[in-house]
Amino acid sequence: MAEHTIKLPDVGEGVAEAELVEWHVKVGDPVREDDVLAAVMTDKATVEIPSPVEGEIAWLGAEIGDTVSVGSPIVRIRTTGGDDEIEEAQAQSDQTETESAGKPQTANNDLGRKQPAKKQKAKPAKDERKPVGSEDAEDAEPEHREPSTVRAAVRRPRAAGEKPLASPAVRLRARDAGIDLRRVPGSGPAGRIRHEDLDAYLRGEGEARPVEARRPDTSVEEIKVVGLRRRIAEKMALAKSRIPHITYVEEIDVTALEELRAALNAAGKSDRPKLTILPFLIQAMVVAIGEQPELNAHFDDDAGVVHRFGGVHVGIATQTDAGLVVPVVRHAEARGLRDNAAEIVRLAQAARASTASREELSGSTITITSLGAMGGVVTTPVINHPEVAIIGVNKIMVRPVWDGSVFQPRRMMNLSSSFDHRVVDGWDAARFIQRIKALLEAPAMMFIGD
Amino acid sequence: MKEISCKLLVIGAGPGGYVCAIRAGQLGIDTVIVEAARPGGTCLNVGCIPSKALIHAAEEFEKAMHWAGPKSPLGISVSKPAIDFGRTIGWKDGIVGRLTAGVSGLLKKAGVKSVGGWARFRDGKTVEVETETGTQVIRAEAIVIATGSASIELPDLPFGDNVISSTGALALTDVPKALAVVGGGYIGLELGTAYAKLGAKVTVVEAEDRVLPLYDAELVRPVEKRLAALGVAVMTAARAKGLSKKGDALLVETGLGEKKIVAEKVLVTVGRKPLTGGWGLEEIDLDMAGGAIRIDDHCRASMRGVYAIGDVTGEPMLAHRAMAQGEMVAEIVAGKNRAWDKRCIPAICFTDPEIVSAGLSPDEARADGREVRVAQFPFSANGRAMSRLAEDGFVRIVARADNHLVLGIQAVGQGVSELSAAFGLAIEMGATLEDVAGTIHAHPTQGEAFQEAALRALGHALHI
Repeated sequence: MAEHTIKLPDVGEGVAEAELVEWHVKVGDPVREDDVLAAVMTDKATVEIPSPVEGEIAWLGAEIGDTVSVGSPIVRIRTTGGDDEIEEAQAQSDQTETESAGKPQTANNDLGRKQPAKKQKAKPAKDERKPVGSEDAEDAEPEHREPSTVRAAVRRPRAAGEKPLASPAVRLRARDAGIDLRRVPGSGPAGRIRHEDLDAYLRGEGEARPVEARRPDTSVEEIKVVGLRRRIAEKMALAKSRIPHITYVEEIDVTALEELRAALNAAGKSDRPKLTILPFLIQAMVVAIGEQPELNAHFDDDAGVVHRFGGVHVGIATQTDAGLVVPVVRHAEARGLRDNAAEIVRLAQAARASTASREELSGSTITITSLGAMGGVVTTPVINHPEVAIIGVNKIMVRPVWDGSVFQPRRMMNLSSSFDHRVVDGWDAARFIQRIKALLEAPAMMFIGD
Repeated sequence: MKEISCKLLVIGAGPGGYVCAIRAGQLGIDTVIVEAARPGGTCLNVGCIPSKALIHAAEEFEKAMHWAGPKSPLGISVSKPAIDFGRTIGWKDGIVGRLTAGVSGLLKKAGVKSVGGWARFRDGKTVEVETETGTQVIRAEAIVIATGSASIELPDLPFGDNVISSTGALALTDVPKALAVVGGGYIGLELGTAYAKLGAKVTVVEAEDRVLPLYDAELVRPVEKRLAALGVAVMTAARAKGLSKKGDALLVETGLGEKKIVAEKVLVTVGRKPLTGGWGLEEIDLDMAGGAIRIDDHCRASMRGVYAIGDVTGEPMLAHRAMAQGEMVAEIVAGKNRAWDKRCIPAICFTDPEIVSAGLSPDEARADGREVRVAQFPFSANGRAMSRLAEDGFVRIVARADNHLVLGIQAVGQGVSELSAAFGLAIEMGATLEDVAGTIHAHPTQGEAFQEAALRALGHALHI
């Protein structure tokens, strides 16, 4: 018998740590060579860690959500031969046991991102203690780790459709007090509502639970914010805390654009993807950015430098089952309308299938966010840090527009766009959107260079 | 005649109407009650009370006849008894008289104004009453319709001459030699049994497969046995076709062809229908539910300020239901927050032996898709029943299997009608099997069978 320790490999250029997002095995599981043990997530790519040996899982060195440094041991596998790694593993856990002895127990629950090393070490210490611990300790442990749940009340709620059970005197008292007994939980046999239950209800102790189907659900589920969700949370917090947003909303008459789009789609070959509004918007943005390059930029606020990009790399905010990702249409300025359209479709599919590469999911210089058909009148988009502008597309709706003599039914669409007010003035933001508006309202303009 | 204006007008002084009026009077509501006949309605005058008097007299006479027979187990012997039926009826009428006079007194004491005559709606707030002295117009803020019900007449057997309703059966001057009872429900069996005990040759004709079709077969079996012992002929799946030409026999169609049942009187008891005609229902156009006035759980009819209680609102047509409704409506009119929330309305057949049913029968309980526990305790294992020669019958209890909540209690046996109080209380209070089993029941009583049934449902009956 020997133990083989697996350390977190170097999963990418310049990556020092990764977040453990999934365990494929648990302690005691037999594994074969190349079985996937775990998945870790770096900046935006998820990497699977295979087993280099055959054996049985002896120890897992991190919990889901933990951030693990490259080179830290994460799994130990008990193998049937060889003893080269055993020494190292033992030494490691011995050391951590003494180290963690003086630390408070709460360290285990600490989800803080900045202390990967501490948590790393706390885990093996815990495992080591188990065999020598008394039965009490083993029993107590799961309880300690369980999230606090509301203890089942003595006053039990009724099942759906059950009538409240109460003596005539209790019923009368309830009626006189204007209480609907369906809302009063009963503590008596068979759930009978007693005078005491009514007293408790009148004191405000009884909770309103008319029937099972309608009672307030007091349960609290603990969901670890891990993986992509954590990345999104951090990114949003960063953007909102650092960037003073200015959001500008303008309505665009897209009647002409929609006619053009319909004509192009009707004329297009069936094997080509249908054109949506997005490639047109990208085209308009490319033109507008040509006139206002300051909007296609990154603001490195730590360094106090704005990086203005020549290439227009348009991030397309895309909803996937796991959450929001932003695949990037690279060098939109170098692509034609159809090309951009095809690229958007390809990237969206890759993002939803989780096959998008790290490269495809990073490097945007300006972002578009669209809720598509779900629409909405106005949104307040959050800038994709460190970019300086994000363009939000709202739903196209037919609205009456005054043409000077009569109301005309026009296809109207709002653009809700946010800008980093530190480096983009309101005037410039408005000018940018007005330019896009002019282009979208007279779509021929965006294809004719002057 | 000067118009009367009041807060509450009650039409009909039966058990529902008079209770409503008394309670309203107690609550200080300006109340008027209208009744065309004597107060007390069907119940006091031609229903519950006189029938029970007649049943009691018949029971006593039958006992005396029994002791006069050759084999008296108690060792009592009497010479051949006789009955002066006219005096029996007189005694019964005396009871009715005392009770109706009592109701009049109670109404007066409660400050209720009584108007004698037939009421008719003019509109939803106004009623005209044809009194002996002319038309009295009464305007009321709230009107309670408590007009009751009437015996259903068969087209082939219209009431009159020898075809009588239950009302007629309570006013006979002689015991008929042969009595045919059409309809084997509780009214027909109660009266048929009484007349059989008084010496009539009774034949019961029932269209369904068995008598008392609304009760389960287990409960009815002791009654069928007793009917046979009393010499009552029961024809089931038989349909009355009408009288013979001479009018001295009932023609009955059975599966085996037409039969002729010689009968001096033909008692038709095929049910009762809400009395919805003759008082101006068409003037106020209330929503109906079948033949009855549709009401909600506040006994409100479809017109604002109009309430209906009792038999006119349909089944179950029971006096105690009407009384509870009447009391509730009076309190609603007085501004109290009330709604119909009763868990059970016990029903009793004063047959021999008696049947009581409170709450759900085993089949009804199971129909809710719920697992139930059913247990019965026979009177043959009850000392008091043995000492009363009342061993036939049982108490049965139906409870939820999950929390033992008592859903229904039934009993059949001599004198079990009085157990209805305990049954009703247990269900209304929300008793569980443990509650009934844990209550000391006095010994020796037939009521112990109730406790034993609960114990048996819990799996540890002591005396069986």
